[in-house]
Amino acid sequence: MVSSLTRRRFLTYSGGAAAIAAAAATASVGWATLVSRARTDALPVGAGVVVMVTLYGGNDGLNTVVPVGAPAYHDARPELAYTEEEVHPLADGLGLNPAMTGLKALWDQGHLAIVRGVSYPQPDHSHFRSMDIWQTASPAHPLPTGWLGRWLDATGHDPLRAVSLEPVLPPMLAGATTAGAALPLHGLALPTGPLASAFEALGQPSAGEPPPQAVAAQAITNLHRTARLLGPALTHSPNPTGGGSLAAQLAVVARCVEMAAPTQAYSVSLGGFDTHTAQRSTQQRLLTAVDQAITEFLSRMAATARGRNVVVVVYSEFGRRVAANTNQGTDHGTAGPVFVAGAPVRGGFVGAQPSLTDLDNGDLKPTTDFRDIYATLIADVLRTDPEPILGPGRSTLPLVAA
Amino acid sequence: MGLASTDVGTATEVITNRDAVRRLLQRVGLGPRLGELDAATSHGFDVTVDALTQPATSADAGVAATPVPDFGAPTPRLTKTANVEARQAQRREQAAQTRQLQVWWLDRMVAVDAPFPERMTWFWHGHFATSVAKVRRADLMAGQNATQRRLGRGDFRALAHAMIVDPAMLVWLDGGGNRLGRPNENLAREFMELFTLGVGNYSETDVRQAARALTGWQVDYRTDTAVFTPRAHDAGPETMLGAPADYDAPTFVDRVLSQPAAPRYLAQRIWTRYVADNPPDPATLDQLVTAYGPGHDITALLTAAVRTPAFRDPASVLVKEPVLWLVAALRALRLRASKLPQAVLAATLTGLAQVPFAPPNVGGWPAGPHWLTTAAALIRLQVATRLTTFGDISPVTDAAPADRVDATAALLGLPTLTDRTRGALHTLTDQPAQLVALALASPENTVSA
Repeated sequence: MVSSLTRRRFLTYSGGAAAIAAAAATASVGWATLVSRARTDALPVGAGVVVMVTLYGGNDGLNTVVPVGAPAYHDARPELAYTEEEVHPLADGLGLNPAMTGLKALWDQGHLAIVRGVSYPQPDHSHFRSMDIWQTASPAHPLPTGWLGRWLDATGHDPLRAVSLEPVLPPMLAGATTAGAALPLHGLALPTGPLASAFEALGQPSAGEPPPQAVAAQAITNLHRTARLLGPALTHSPNPTGGGSLAAQLAVVARCVEMAAPTQAYSVSLGGFDTHTAQRSTQQRLLTAVDQAITEFLSRMAATARGRNVVVVVYSEFGRRVAANTNQGTDHGTAGPVFVAGAPVRGGFVGAQPSLTDLDNGDLKPTTDFRDIYATLIADVLRTDPEPILGPGRSTLPLVAA
Repeated sequence: MGLASTDVGTATEVITNRDAVRRLLQRVGLGPRLGELDAATSHGFDVTVDALTQPATSADAGVAATPVPDFGAPTPRLTKTANVEARQAQRREQAAQTRQLQVWWLDRMVAVDAPFPERMTWFWHGHFATSVAKVRRADLMAGQNATQRRLGRGDFRALAHAMIVDPAMLVWLDGGGNRLGRPNENLAREFMELFTLGVGNYSETDVRQAARALTGWQVDYRTDTAVFTPRAHDAGPETMLGAPADYDAPTFVDRVLSQPAAPRYLAQRIWTRYVADNPPDPATLDQLVTAYGPGHDITALLTAAVRTPAFRDPASVLVKEPVLWLVAALRALRLRASKLPQAVLAATLTGLAQVPFAPPNVGGWPAGPHWLTTAAALIRLQVATRLTTFGDISPVTDAAPADRVDATAALLGLPTLTDRTRGALHTLTDQPAQLVALALASPENTVSA
């Protein structure tokens, strides 16, 4: 069970603590650096930007992109199923969850692609293992690095080019030699008087101290750099109208993009999707937050040239079982839809809808490998060769308009 | 000992006896109070291990001074027709009880003379991580907490048997209401994945079979107890981990605990929280499993872990969990959490990102450098400033200014300070409260070095 009350889920989802340990030492580069870098090293106007939105807990794909036209859907989960009248119709007998009015509008404008049946070979039903697989892009064996961390490693070792808006870095952004930066969401008020200078002095490195103690000292230095140069700016973010913590995270991303921060990859998240019981109301509340946050973010992004290069990707560690359980909920499953949205996106369906009658022990059989989405993002948005990052044998998908 | 040169446990360099004793008091205990580090050092490492893990059975004055809150009779469940006001009133009452429970546990941890029982209860709270955010009833959380305290140092089998039908756990992982037909897999999966075996040591079929075995349990909210309804139970047979039988909750637990992976998994969980971030080498892991033995002896396992060479390895530095950092500070300053303004304490726990009875998910809180964020560095100082305002820093205030840095180090049981930290502290010797606050927020006090 995953609580919706925290955004720190990736901490305990990470099997590979080593990567995070490396990441922690270089994280928290801070607004100060980001802003000064934005002034001196602004992102070129044409550069692509990827925003990864992680839904923790395993979002139920079948009640997100709903196969209302399939009798097997209604038979498998009679109390959970949406009717044709409730959903926003798309095509192919599929409709969007009633909560997703904003994404329906994006679909109608041709700015939303929905990749169907996404997973990987032999899907794992553990939250923690499956999220690790998605973030490291390594289904067969555990890896200490994330896919965007390897992108950092492969393209210049600059932590400011991949930024997390969570308190600690997700495995996705941990490379072997470079880790993305973590930005705080809220303001930082430093002490005053004699305590202030004494506190700042604690941030100096001290030769020979054990690594965790050195990281603790480094955090104090990063704190001062961040707060001095950009503390006030963090508190002056325009209040988003809805979507809770996800909207707040995306509001900071929006400001980074607008000020031409040299960042090409962002990580934001929302938790609480582990709906074993009373799924309908919980999922609808969460999808409302997702829909509002992304819609507001993309409409703001549409106003600037750099914003029009932003591609938002929404995924979860797995979908859920086709049949409902006895508690009006669903258990851990396999394939689910991935949303890809933004001005550069070519709208429509990509990948086949998994069969509801040809199941694998009650679970959907995946039709699309998530690594092909990553390959597409790396090749067509970040404009880098995906093979050194993802390995051989990947193909790209028609997600980005030429 | 040790097979790989990179493993913890092979180091030839070891820390001093005093530093090893400090690790014991910080990790197996809840942090030294003034004078305790000196006394324990003179008694020696082995005596301190025994004194911590086998406390005298006579009444602990700290326990007597912090009685468990009495929440009265279980709150009746609201009916479906209850109005908005009634729901809000009940929510407010539950939130107040939860705060009361949180403050009580912190007070208990601060007050006890023998800290090991509370330290182990804290470990089990993170292991069988259950959150009031979903359970919503403080009395059920208090019940689980009491069970973990009662069974948390003995036979792990007894603890596991209690947890699989613990009322708060049944609510948290949807085990209550799991019944014959289409069983709910949540409890079955997490019990094997996170509580007993670890990923890779069971199959998807085992999860589904286990979910059937666990059907039939329900929480009776009139009595706050778990009740078993035979007609909601799937009579089986199930094949679990290779063995067919008509399983129920107790026989499921026994089948799981008979797996060779079970003691190894638990040993690694203990190791990460008490000894080092790096895993034990294979020979050390075997030693721990042997100590745990057929009696599933939790204290024997923990004792064996702290007696390994790895515990004295200079590299075996742990980052303090925020609550353990806070409790150690409160113990040193002789300050009960309940003496702090409620809003201050709430902001502290939220800011430190570790709220008792509200872990982020069933995986519990992280260990290690995850806690060392930019924001946390500031929050520790802000909290420390409050603590030294309310707490007893007279050992520092009473010392001559020139002696106050040393007095602070003695008060908090700090290790040898770096020149950096010693120099920073020396600038505040005419401001004792700020001096102690800065020491609390120092890198040296953020980790268990």
